[in-house]
Amino acid sequence: MLNKITEKAWDGFVAGHWVDHIDVRDFIQKNYTPYDGDASFLADETEATKKLWAQVLDLMKQEREAGGVLDMDTDVVSSLTSHKAGYLNKDLEKIVGLQTDKPFKRALMPYGGLNMAAKACSDNGYEVSDRIKGIFGEGGYRKTHNQGVFDVYTPEMRACRSNKILTGLPDAYGRGRIIGDYRRVALYGVDRLIEDKKAQKDFYDRPMTAEKIRDREEISDQIRALQDLKKMALLYGIDISKPATTAQEAVQALYFGYLGAVKDQNGAAMSLGRTSTFLDIYFTRDLEAGRITETDAQEIIDHFIMKLRMVRFARTPEYNALFSGDPQWVTESLGGVGVDGRHMVTKTSFRYLHTLETLGSSPEPNLTVLWSTRLPQGFKEYCAKISVDTSSIQYENDDLMRHTHGDDYGIACCVSSMKIGKEMQFFGARANLAKCLLYAINGGVDEKTGIQVGPKFRPITSEYLDFDEVIEKYEDMMKWLAGLYVDTLNCIHYMHDKYCYEALQMALHDREVTRWFATGIAGLSVVADSLSAIKYAKVKVIRKDIEITKRVRNVVDGELVVQKKVVGVAKNVAVDYEIEGEFPKYGNNDDRVDEFAVHVLEKFMHYIRQNHCYRGGIPTTSILTITSNVEYGKNTGNTPDGRKAGVPLAPGANPMHGRDSSGATASLSSVSKLPWSDAQDGISNTFTIVPGALGKDDQVFAGDLDIPSIADSLNK
Amino acid sequence: MKGYVHSIETFGTVDGPGTRFVVFFQGCPMRCLYCHNPDTWKFNIGKTMDTDEILEKFDSMKEFYKHGGITATGGEPLGQIDFLTELFEKAHKKGIHTCLDSCGILFNPENTEKFDKLMKVTDLVMLDIKHIDDEKHVKLTKQHNTNILKYAKYICETGTDIWIRHVVVPDITDDPKYLYRLGQFISGLKTLKALDVLPYHDMGKVKYENLGIDYVLKDTKPLPKEKAIAARNIIMSGLKDALHGVNNEPESSKL
Repeated sequence: MLNKITEKAWDGFVAGHWVDHIDVRDFIQKNYTPYDGDASFLADETEATKKLWAQVLDLMKQEREAGGVLDMDTDVVSSLTSHKAGYLNKDLEKIVGLQTDKPFKRALMPYGGLNMAAKACSDNGYEVSDRIKGIFGEGGYRKTHNQGVFDVYTPEMRACRSNKILTGLPDAYGRGRIIGDYRRVALYGVDRLIEDKKAQKDFYDRPMTAEKIRDREEISDQIRALQDLKKMALLYGIDISKPATTAQEAVQALYFGYLGAVKDQNGAAMSLGRTSTFLDIYFTRDLEAGRITETDAQEIIDHFIMKLRMVRFARTPEYNALFSGDPQWVTESLGGVGVDGRHMVTKTSFRYLHTLETLGSSPEPNLTVLWSTRLPQGFKEYCAKISVDTSSIQYENDDLMRHTHGDDYGIACCVSSMKIGKEMQFFGARANLAKCLLYAINGGVDEKTGIQVGPKFRPITSEYLDFDEVIEKYEDMMKWLAGLYVDTLNCIHYMHDKYCYEALQMALHDREVTRWFATGIAGLSVVADSLSAIKYAKVKVIRKDIEITKRVRNVVDGELVVQKKVVGVAKNVAVDYEIEGEFPKYGNNDDRVDEFAVHVLEKFMHYIRQNHCYRGGIPTTSILTITSNVEYGKNTGNTPDGRKAGVPLAPGANPMHGRDSSGATASLSSVSKLPWSDAQDGISNTFTIVPGALGKDDQVFAGDLDIPSIADSLNK
Repeated sequence: MKGYVHSIETFGTVDGPGTRFVVFFQGCPMRCLYCHNPDTWKFNIGKTMDTDEILEKFDSMKEFYKHGGITATGGEPLGQIDFLTELFEKAHKKGIHTCLDSCGILFNPENTEKFDKLMKVTDLVMLDIKHIDDEKHVKLTKQHNTNILKYAKYICETGTDIWIRHVVVPDITDDPKYLYRLGQFISGLKTLKALDVLPYHDMGKVKYENLGIDYVLKDTKPLPKEKAIAARNIIMSGLKDALHGVNNEPESSKL
């Protein structure tokens, strides 16, 4: 019989397509209970939670005092089974599992590149062992992703990289931005998933093309990873080969899936997915059967979230500078609305947010509410309250993304949306479009180094910039940059798949996945304002000669030193701009300039789409340099909008700092003109406001007064 | 019709319900000691805007104002009552919630014709009663409060909702005796919907320096939140007592 429930673990669940096929979404839709109430049902943290959390806080303090890193592996290469079980306090932990054998000990993951892994150690006072260097280093026998990429980079790609017009390329570290469907581990058990993968492998039969061979090899790796995941769980004495039977088992199994991923990959973002409403089905079943209380439910969630707050990776100070801090991007997506119109808020959505109260505020996990106008009022109010109290919730527009991704997508990193288990992303760093404008003016010569990085197009030689000439040259330069950028990413993702394949995360995906080929842009508002200045004011160019230097190693007084040597001169490079007159600025809801931002985005995305993308990737772009805008600014010379060299670019799609003078709504209106269809990987707008400017203080303000009813109530 | 507009704030969250499009009118006859917009005092200067131009701006962002609307403040909007009325008439026709933030000093109880017209298209009036005691009101604002209090009653008679605002300034408007009396007075306002106690802040100081105007309150400290809550409670007890027909007016003292 079709869809007949035979698993004891699934007693009480409504059957559906999910029974005979791996289909978590169907399971959720058939079984979840929308919750329309308020937060009054929530339970406080338990004594065990308090005790464990105090221990974690103490470890975090020790970590800070030790300069940011408490302990590191230098000789053990991290894998699912590389470490024995680690605990905080085995007797108290409802959810167990650490990345290494000790809390806050950072694992060694050299497959992305030995240099980065070794530097992450040495910058923090540790030294990677000679044995590891012998394996992965020069003359070693295990090639890394990083070596693969540099074997194939063209000189032009290297120049773009070193002159920072392309920045943050994941060519020396794990790319991340892949969300395994960790819920599958809980719902189906690993054995069933292995069985499914074996069937998938048979799909690829003769003729044996390179693609099919790769697919068969990858699925074999996935099966091995699943087997290792079972072994990893057994190290903790827990069997996850069968479906979870209780809420606690479900959370534990799901967490083990995630833990396997963060033991296997040090990705730029290691997000969790959309788990709360899935898990709520188990909590509801246990609560209704009287197996647990609300306090138990909150405790399980608290211990799970606590573990997510403890995820750590070995990284270099430069990496942390680029991403401002030591982020893991353990993003969890909450809420949203289903395609059938029912909202997807459950009590467990509240329980997740409640951890910001039971455990206090925290940037990780990155709790992201998929906001819709149709979310229930009680949830909206709780979100608002938690935001006011902790400033720790991220909001994203579900009404916008649901059209493309349906109702079982999640956010990877900060804004990259993808269907869980069905879509993944090739993370693509950013192209600096502000610098690209300067290249257009200078005919491909870098304004800081004087090096001919881009193609030798005719530079602009006039004293004043002419709008038509600039935009024409800019589009040519964008087209070149887009092509080179995509090719660079093709090299990167080919090699990442080859040498640093995310076997476990991909084991928790369908056979056929959609691959979003992500690109990104920085400096959009600088470009829009520059074009506006050129069009509506007069922009005079200041040119000068730039000495081109090269680093050379010399022996001075018997010591090896690195010196700069002048190897040439770049003539008449535009290095500064004088603006005469006023011009409209992006961020004031003024179409005259906002249209430039829209135009540049549309054009750039158009040029990106013209290229061949590795593995059938579907190109997208993002405008979301939330922190790295500072670094990009450092590497960008003076720009025609009057921004000085080194000044940070605006984050994401933000207007330049201080130029939006008509209030936040006008500023947001400018940003909201950018078409999401051309920036499907996300548009960010970073917005800071003093709490007092966000509304009335409810203790001082007496609203909802009604004189007749006050009179009535007093007379009774 | 054109009017003098000092500026527009597109994200107003404290000038009426919801997120609001706030139009600051240029010009005010009052000279409140604690005014934080002294740059809006002078009449007939600065830039002019047409009512259609203002509403066009509003429309381009109207998604943000679904639960809010438009607020006229200043300056003193009633200083340009014809311009204001046209703006509100057009807004009202479009279904936009209109809110007037005014001190009421220009209200003339003898001739309410223009006000009648305005109230027809006004959804909410926010009225700042600076001081309930006339003598002290003159000291604070250089104007009597007689017409202001009449204005409050008039608004209620037209059936328009009203919020009463009161800025609590240390040593000037923080005497419990008068706070209580304010509560007694507003208990008579049948359409009262909210009491908005505003603790004094000194963020306007810089503007005075820039304008070269002497800031009389330069030694006055901002009012702490606890005292604002206390002031609110005193006003509310005056209001409730009055409705209950009792009088527990406190002695003159400090908060």
